Amino acid sequence: MSVLVYTESENGSFKKTAFEVVSYAKAIATELGTTLTAVSINADNTSELGVYGADKVLEITNDSLANFDAQGYADAISQAAASQDATVVVLSQTANAKFMAPLVAVNLEAGYVSNVVALPQSTSPFKIKHSVYTNKAFSLTQINTPVKIIGLGKNAYGLHENAADALSEPFSPTLQQSNTKVISVDKATDKVTIADAEVVVSAGRGLKGPENWGMIEEMATILGAATACSKPVSDMGWRSHGEHVGQTGKPVAASLYIAIGISGAIQHLAGINSSKVKVVINTDPEAPFFKAADYGIIGDAFEIVPQLNEKLKAFKAQNA
Amino acid sequence: MKILVCISHVPDTTSKINFTDNDTKFDINGVNFVINPNDEFGLTRAMWFKEKQGASVHVINVGGPQTEPTLRKALAIGADEAIRIDTPATDGYSVALQLAHVAKEGGYDLIIGGRESIDYNGGMVPGMVAKIIGANFINTCISLEVEDTKVTAIREIDGGKETLQTTLPLVIGGQKGLVEESDLRIPNMRGIMQARSKPLHVKPAMEQSPRSEATTYEKPAPRGAVKLVDTVDQLIDLLHNEAKVL
Repeated sequence: MSVLVYTESENGSFKKTAFEVVSYAKAIATELGTTLTAVSINADNTSELGVYGADKVLEITNDSLANFDAQGYADAISQAAASQDATVVVLSQTANAKFMAPLVAVNLEAGYVSNVVALPQSTSPFKIKHSVYTNKAFSLTQINTPVKIIGLGKNAYGLHENAADALSEPFSPTLQQSNTKVISVDKATDKVTIADAEVVVSAGRGLKGPENWGMIEEMATILGAATACSKPVSDMGWRSHGEHVGQTGKPVAASLYIAIGISGAIQHLAGINSSKVKVVINTDPEAPFFKAADYGIIGDAFEIVPQLNEKLKAFKAQNA
Repeated sequence: MKILVCISHVPDTTSKINFTDNDTKFDINGVNFVINPNDEFGLTRAMWFKEKQGASVHVINVGGPQTEPTLRKALAIGADEAIRIDTPATDGYSVALQLAHVAKEGGYDLIIGGRESIDYNGGMVPGMVAKIIGANFINTCISLEVEDTKVTAIREIDGGKETLQTTLPLVIGGQKGLVEESDLRIPNMRGIMQARSKPLHVKPAMEQSPRSEATTYEKPAPRGAVKLVDTVDQLIDLLHNEAKVL
């Protein structure tokens, strides 16, 4: 018996979510009285995982996994889990992790619960809380299979240091030729993604037109934030679909979500429910967003946002 | 090309979510059920394949008789036949197993599901179906072109998109982007009339036991009232000193 955690990296460096899933998986390993093994794919500095509690790291180095391939990654992680006799496998909820998790579950004949928000309430029977109805509710779900797969929601547990050895050993999975080839990747490398962002600056129809997004981009730059938008804004083509936040768009689990000129439709609010602190700036005091936010300013975005940007710049300069 | 579109029967996006029976059951009182939005984008893309490339389109749902109006709606939109697997949808794996059985027996080339259902948000059924039947799989699919058995697809990744090439048989987890919101179809009277006479096959479920089961539900704790401030200085001060997020 052991706990296995997959630690995702990009260009050799671990993502922040990798440290969060290690922190979380360590807590489960401790609860079960067993060790934590991490598995990495083409990552450079695996000793970093020891900071958060990895006792052992299975390092996979394989050129055929240079591009993400769900089948190949799923097989590699499944074989790593089997080699460790893992009874719990922890994954994050990045796009790639969500892509391969169901494949890992079939490989390991495991029950899989996604969007998990807390440590298991009990481990025998194994009961765990996860968000359902697009963050409008939680379910306490019991997993009946010997092997359990947990998809931990971003920012649901946080980082917890817990020094361990992170003894690394190479691991060579047996991979099949993949039927799916990556032709091209289109990703802005200079921008923070909504998935990775701690702060998200989001704007809606209140901005009146795509030409007015300069001040939103500026705020995002000052705060090191990702930009996002409401559904009507993406439907009208003012911003790309990739920025649409809400029930049919992206969920946002940021530390700080700033909504500018967004009225707060129920579908939008569901999408941001797992963000910690929400700020709304809107001219309409009756906008539903004011009922869902922590802080608000009633006023015109075209007056307030430029002022806020100036003050934030000064604040960041002072607190840098 | 034979296409199978998997349809989840879900509360519409404006629904208030409540639970009954000591928080063990979803309260359907006053709730309007619809085709899961992610599935509807896929169904609409399937209609394009039907009209431009002569594909046949079947829709399928795992659920009780109460889901039939949702399947009829899919028929009214233009699907040729519907299948209902007569068993309650429990965990994702059980649903995937039922769908995989039909997908394999029916010899479908393309199986279209949604990225996730908006009720359980499991995000696992299409991937599991693909793995069980040994088909290729693309998740968060936002563009799909098929020529003979060659597939070019675009999937959304964190912070961008990726273009992929693969082959049929294929399962996708679709979402907005497969078609635009404005491409979605509201069934017209002719479609609704035709849907009444299209086949809706009810099939018995295969026996299996759930790998996981929901025990109880709860709703998020109510939030405190919003703190309204007048100046941006006050806002920055609160975010820094009180919320500690700046």
